[in-house]
Amino acid sequence: MSVADNTSPPKADPAAALQESPFRRIVSDYMESPLAVIGLMGAAIVIFIAIFAPLISPQNPYDLGAIDILDSLLEPGAKAYTGGTYWLGTDDQGRDMLSAIFYGLRLSIFVGIGSAALAVIVGTTVGLCSAYFGGRVDTLVMRAVDVQISFPTVLIALILLSLLGKGVDKVIMALVIVQWAYYARTVRGTALAELGKEYMEAGRSLALSNLRMIFRHLLPNVLPPLIVIATVQVANAIALEAALSFLGLGLPVTEPSLGLLISNGYDYLLGGKYWISVLPGVALLFTIISINLVGDRLRDVLNPRLQK
Amino acid sequence: MSVFLIRRLMQSVIVLIVMSVIVFTGVFAIGDPVELLIAEDATEEDVALARQQMGLDKPIWQQYGIFVGNALSGDLGKSFVFRTPALDLLMQRLPATFELTIVALLMSIGIGVPLGIYAGLYPETLFARGIMAGSILGFSLPSFWVGLMLIMIFGVMLGWLPTTGRGETVDVFGIPISILTWDGFLHILLPAFNLSLLKMALIIRLTRAGMREVMLTDYVKFARAKGLSTRRVVFVHAMKNIMIPLVTVIGLEFGDLLAGSIVTETVFAWPGIGRLVVSSIGLLDRPVIVAYMLVIVTLFIVINLAVDIIYSLVDPRVRLLQQKS
Repeated sequence: MSVADNTSPPKADPAAALQESPFRRIVSDYMESPLAVIGLMGAAIVIFIAIFAPLISPQNPYDLGAIDILDSLLEPGAKAYTGGTYWLGTDDQGRDMLSAIFYGLRLSIFVGIGSAALAVIVGTTVGLCSAYFGGRVDTLVMRAVDVQISFPTVLIALILLSLLGKGVDKVIMALVIVQWAYYARTVRGTALAELGKEYMEAGRSLALSNLRMIFRHLLPNVLPPLIVIATVQVANAIALEAALSFLGLGLPVTEPSLGLLISNGYDYLLGGKYWISVLPGVALLFTIISINLVGDRLRDVLNPRLQK
Repeated sequence: MSVFLIRRLMQSVIVLIVMSVIVFTGVFAIGDPVELLIAEDATEEDVALARQQMGLDKPIWQQYGIFVGNALSGDLGKSFVFRTPALDLLMQRLPATFELTIVALLMSIGIGVPLGIYAGLYPETLFARGIMAGSILGFSLPSFWVGLMLIMIFGVMLGWLPTTGRGETVDVFGIPISILTWDGFLHILLPAFNLSLLKMALIIRLTRAGMREVMLTDYVKFARAKGLSTRRVVFVHAMKNIMIPLVTVIGLEFGDLLAGSIVTETVFAWPGIGRLVVSSIGLLDRPVIVAYMLVIVTLFIVINLAVDIIYSLVDPRVRLLQQKS
């Protein structure tokens, strides 16, 4: 999960941070807000569950041999037919909700982080090149970005998925297409400001190659705003995927993310069987709010205008 | 101004053409609707006949040509499922979507602006902190889940409000409106509130930030020194300057609400275009999907253009910027 480390740098080894003073400042600044620390802990828990879901789940919810239809629609805390307890109840197929939520979370996090990571790569490359080369390329790219951002993300994702069909790869593709423009715009803006600075001129005087200029010298300096957007976009991607899966447009029924679990429980909600829908929703909420808290704090910490 | 307008219009036309090609070719590629629609015991001749009737036997570029020709004369094809023109289907459902969107927008302004003003004037109070925490929730909560919770609390547990459909409607100039009947009013409350939450959070934050900034300016201090009442200073002097960003955002967010209604309509079984397109995607009803995309993209282009024009009329600074560039 190297991607996760990319998006939340304060989690890095504190011993390494001690040697690097700007990094230490960021970490200590971050820790000043108790709410942000809670968010970071929440995000860490969620990522832990996502990675180790198969090991910590009481049951493999997609192994037909492990689930028992006689145990369907049990309330939270009910005893299983074969012994054991369903702490969060079971769904209409007799699946343990706790395990289903763990696996769903795993998939949601994978889709969220995966799509954000790919979108960062695409958006950053386009944004950097657009700023660096300027001219007609720049105009064309930025016009496309403008047009795309003027349409709501749900709408674009809906159009794309109605064309692409269902599947994890297709959802990720749709989310990348939806998100890349935000990175491209932000990176271009920051890069343009950086290009005017002396170190860029020095690099040009030394006749460094374009590739080296862009990725070795320009890229590290546009990272701070990029990290903030990437964090928030992971949360947005998870929420969007959940909404699309809820509408029946995202993931196939065989690969239930949190959104699909919520959608499955929708029919039972009116009958008073709340847990099938509500509990995956709580997990989704916990995930999104944790990530947003981290992103919110990073925005303050990494904003040079607010630095003491 | 006119140069700007012409450039924007040309850009809009290009976007529309690109969209129509993408949507048409894409929709063409998503499976064969004939297999879904025809009876299982149909013979091969029946299938071929159905294919011919729907115009699916022609090559794709020819289908696109026919489609564009028809689209320009207002004919976007017949729904495979309903057997009626797709555009008519959309037009029948458009008023429901518009009503929901407008009521949601009014709710978010009506609740968001006063709360934002309060939070901006008294940022240290407990209630203001509560408002801000609530607005963070408004941003974070996935709207479809909030909708489910609203249904569970107000529909199932308390039984206060109906949770599906539009209820009773009255025709105003031939357009059915829900909110004018008591039953319809009750039906629109939950979906509209659900849809409004995200925008409400945004409006609260904008109003609060604007209020805090404006209250520190010299002209507000002067108005206070002159002995004007707080109410007059806030609602007349300060509000005028907050309105500019607020109006733009509200204009832009209207389109966002229109798109967000896809989710809300599905949750609350609100018979609008969003629900229609979601079910059409499930049924592979190509003409309806294509018609929806084109109608919504056109709507968006019109809305964005209108907002740009209004903005440049309201705020002279924007106009100057346009002339310089």
